[in-house]
Amino acid sequence: MIPGAFTYHRPKSIDEAAALLTSLGEEARPLAGGHSLIPMMKLRMATPEHLVDLAGIPELKGVCQNGGDIIIGAMTTQAELIASELLAAQVPILRETSLVIADPQIRYCGTLGGNVANGDPGNDMPAVMMTLDARYTIVGEKGRRVIPSREFYQGAYYTALEPGEFLVSVTIPALPDGHGFAYEKMKRKVGDYATAAAAVVLTKKDGVIATCALALTNVGDTALFAEEAAQILIGSRLDAASLARAAAAAEAIAAPATDGRGTAAYRTSIAGVMVARAVRRAFERA
Amino acid sequence: MNDLTPTKEQREARLEGMGCKRKRVEDIRFTQGKGNYVDDIKLPGMLFGDFVRSTYAHARIKRIDTSKAKALPGVRAVLTADDLKPLNLHYMPTLAGDVAAVLADEKVLFQNQEVAFVVADDRYIAADAIELVEVEYEELEPLTNPFKAMDADAPLLREDIKGKMEGAHGPRKHYNHIFNWQVGDREAADDIFASAPVKTKDTYWYHRTHPSPLETCQSLASYDKVTGHLTIYGTFQAPHVVRTVVSMLSGIPESKVHVIAPDIGGGFGNKVGVYPGYVCSIVASIVLGKPVKWVEDRMENLSTTSFARDYHMTTELASTQDGKILGMRCYVLADHGAFDACADPTKWPAGFMNICTGSYGIPVAHLEVDGVYTNKASGGVAYRCSFRVTEAVYAIERAVEVLAQKLGMDSADLRLKNFIRREQFPYKSALGWEYDSGDYHLAMNKAMEAVGYRQLRAEQAEKRAAFQRGETREVMGIGVSFFTEIVGAGPSKNCDILGVGMFDSCEIRIHPTGSAIARMGTKSQGQGHETTYAQIVATELGIPADQIQVEEGNTDTAPYGLGTYGSRSTPVAGAAIAMASRKIRAKMQMIAAHLLEVHHNDLDWDIDGYQVKGLPEKRIGVKEIAWAAYHQPIPNLEPGLEAVNYYDPPNMTYPFGAYFCVMDIDVDTGAAKVRRFYALDDCGTRINPMIIEGQVHGGLTEAFAVAMGQEIRYDAAGNVMGASFMDFFVPTAVETPHWETDFTVTPSPHHPIGAKGVGESPHVGGVPCFSNAVNDALSFCGSVHIDMPHDAWRIWEAAEKLGLHKAA
Ligand SMILES: Cc1cc2nc3c(=O)[nH]c(=O)nc-3n(C[C@H](O)[C@H](O)[C@H](O)COP(=O)(O)OP(=O)(O)OC[C@H]3O[C@@H](n4cnc5c(N)ncnc54)[C@H](O)[C@@H]3O)c2cc1C
Repeated sequence: MIPGAFTYHRPKSIDEAAALLTSLGEEARPLAGGHSLIPMMKLRMATPEHLVDLAGIPELKGVCQNGGDIIIGAMTTQAELIASELLAAQVPILRETSLVIADPQIRYCGTLGGNVANGDPGNDMPAVMMTLDARYTIVGEKGRRVIPSREFYQGAYYTALEPGEFLVSVTIPALPDGHGFAYEKMKRKVGDYATAAAAVVLTKKDGVIATCALALTNVGDTALFAEEAAQILIGSRLDAASLARAAAAAEAIAAPATDGRGTAAYRTSIAGVMVARAVRRAFERA
Repeated sequence: MNDLTPTKEQREARLEGMGCKRKRVEDIRFTQGKGNYVDDIKLPGMLFGDFVRSTYAHARIKRIDTSKAKALPGVRAVLTADDLKPLNLHYMPTLAGDVAAVLADEKVLFQNQEVAFVVADDRYIAADAIELVEVEYEELEPLTNPFKAMDADAPLLREDIKGKMEGAHGPRKHYNHIFNWQVGDREAADDIFASAPVKTKDTYWYHRTHPSPLETCQSLASYDKVTGHLTIYGTFQAPHVVRTVVSMLSGIPESKVHVIAPDIGGGFGNKVGVYPGYVCSIVASIVLGKPVKWVEDRMENLSTTSFARDYHMTTELASTQDGKILGMRCYVLADHGAFDACADPTKWPAGFMNICTGSYGIPVAHLEVDGVYTNKASGGVAYRCSFRVTEAVYAIERAVEVLAQKLGMDSADLRLKNFIRREQFPYKSALGWEYDSGDYHLAMNKAMEAVGYRQLRAEQAEKRAAFQRGETREVMGIGVSFFTEIVGAGPSKNCDILGVGMFDSCEIRIHPTGSAIARMGTKSQGQGHETTYAQIVATELGIPADQIQVEEGNTDTAPYGLGTYGSRSTPVAGAAIAMASRKIRAKMQMIAAHLLEVHHNDLDWDIDGYQVKGLPEKRIGVKEIAWAAYHQPIPNLEPGLEAVNYYDPPNMTYPFGAYFCVMDIDVDTGAAKVRRFYALDDCGTRINPMIIEGQVHGGLTEAFAVAMGQEIRYDAAGNVMGASFMDFFVPTAVETPHWETDFTVTPSPHHPIGAKGVGESPHVGGVPCFSNAVNDALSFCGSVHIDMPHDAWRIWEAAEKLGLHKAA
């Protein structure tokens, strides 16, 4: 449980960080809260030669509103997401999700940027970002670019980030007033990653589901955007049959591994149960 | 006397003696981070050792190349089996009469087995050096299924004892067989089963788990090449035994070996045995002449140092139609892993598994245990229990539930019908024990009343009907367990460790000013000995508990003792305290008689001094007596005031209890929620009710963990799965249920203060109670037995097999 040797860098600005990460290349990794990266380094599953700590860059922190958009700096911690009144009012699913991530100690250090950029299918925020249609602002050698969250994840620990690039902020487009939302997560205990989890954001019109976005956590190589399940629900009044069909559609795209949380069959079934429960709760809230 | 003279009650209260809810004195340092653990100890010039471990479960070692590691600056030595062979230390004896590899010799037998020991200037260099040691393996077929261990074509695991067909406990049937152990009357049992009207037979697997103390195992050895003295600090539940073993193995006289167990952060049986890390740090220190520290990390602790349980128990009960149990048969297949490293008393290869007739008057029984080797880590230690008692209690408490189900009888009623009755004590069980005392009916009735048992069953019937009507997806389970433990090992006539009788000891010195020190052969790992032992002395000698220092763990100053495990501290060392105190009191009586100028027979003990019979104002306090003992010549008495007692208990003690659990299970997720848990314990005389409650809370929490998810699992290739706290279930405050505690008091008739021990009861009684609740919840759907651990996915799987998801 002792990491290999590495050199520690602490840039003071986004430009300095970009220059460092570009020049150090593949042997360098950004360091945010360290609560995914450092455990991997202690197991020597990650052996970066350079750590570029983003904690000294003030612009990477904080939550603000720009027109309808909510912009969250990559280095905003999960505890800060929970405390933000702006988020509680505008994007309450972030608070609900943050509260089921790890435990308070980890949430004081762990950041939103680290959580979404990590690429671990066990992280809870990627699925939520997909349901919110969030966009990631990336900085690299070639300047800034924006990647939709739904296109960011390519495989376990593989994302659209190129070597030298890092995430600066997350932009969440305005949500309609009175939207319903829920994040349902099955876990073995506090501090555990999901056995399966489901995020949903929906709107209702005259008792009928008008829009719906659904995504799943930890039942595949990446968070899974459950488009078909959402389509089944749109136009329904949430009768038992359409809910069951939506759950089945979600189960159909789930491909979890058998692990200590259960067999693949169990975790697939739980994905369906989480979808049904999340949708029911979101529907009541809308 | 005037108004300022304290009353009897005030004097008694000032002592904070037995029965007082005295706060734990050790917590003052623990809660401030001021404990002193092995890893806090730093010696000048100290080096660090770390292991290269096997990647395979079963493989031949073709070659070990240490040259690159040795070339790394800061590396002082790299030891392999070849370095230990000339010292005859590549194997070490186990407490179970087997040997275990210190460093793998030619073969590895489990994943993460110790292959080489790197010693370096600091931990970072050692960790880097490990990566530089090259080991070439030739993979061999792994054996992970104990039921296949004795197949004709099973892979041979232990080449080192291949031809040795006589084991430590009799003949071995197969090269992977360790022992066969039988107790009871087989013929009589078979006869009962041939004719009994009702019979049950099921195999219960008490899965492999791990004691997982928060502080892992560690040691710091320091050999002084000039004086020839060896000092070892370590996480030792039994420091004196370690000193004896080290002296025997090293040839260093025991008087030059100093073993010190400082504060220990939990043991639960994990810190009884001797591990390769201890041996290697000692050898490295002797070779290098420098202090060498070894500290396990969490994964090493979970995957290599002693596991617990792993018993496959085929349990049969025979009864009459109306539920009178006539006989029991139990056959156990015990998976011991690569070496037999159980920490049982020498003559007990399956510990006290023969307590498996439980709390019931079962007239005839037979028990047979076969131990086998597999490619897993070794152990089989008593995780918060006396040797194999949790296994035994689990077997009988599941079997009773299954029998009740078969008879269509309420399981609490079945228990009441078969309990050993109060007037039958001392009770000789069919498998050879003599239970000291008990009032099981009283305890069970009190518990049933407290939880409202009959109402709970009525509520359950309603919920079951609602479930069947499709109105709820929740099922309710009521867990019942009634356990009898056997603790306080033990009488030296039947208990020894490496030939040393399992007595324990206490030395008490009263200082001239009346305060005292008590030194003990046991070793607290969190049990609160410094608090409770002082309370026994306080009551026995009339000295306030806060003026009594309790010291343990330093073999230079403590009298020889066998250590702390198997709930033996209070039954054995607690008795030694009382006996040593009584020797001192006898001398105090002589001194008091001299000072008061009366015959000693004319004196009565009175809380904190002696008074002349019939003349309460003519008295002398303990303080004055102590002063006189050192400052005044007393005819025919030596000066001073101290005593030692080595206590060899005449019998074990038999704590018992009645536990109830109410659980709700979501059949769609398999998640189980404990709605209520009630634990009634009878541990005889209660020394500190607050500490008892704390021990019960801790033990129940561990029992909850074990029953509901905690396990060490292996895949078919022998890879150890989930050996980290991400997967290995240690409940946090959020998962832990609320505990209700209660008690009855049935003192032990043979113990000087009547105390029986309690630290392990909640684990022993708790595990079957949780498991019975899960099993009870699903029994109305036709389920007979579901194995632990009852984590959500396994409960879901059981529900799936019962067809409960079809309607969902
Ligand atoms: C016991 C435990 C339980 C946990 N349980 C959960 C859980 O239930 N759910 C959950 O979602 N998470 C869980 N986590 C993970 C936790 O939320 C992490 O904090 C989070 O995954 C990563 O955030 P971080 O700031 O710590 O990132 P770091 O660990 O510092 O970094 C993670 C990865 O992202 C990269 N990275 C970080 N910031 C950026 C950036 N701005 N741009 C590009 N790359 C970047 C790093 O290089 C690294 O590869 C748990 C962690 C622990 C230790």
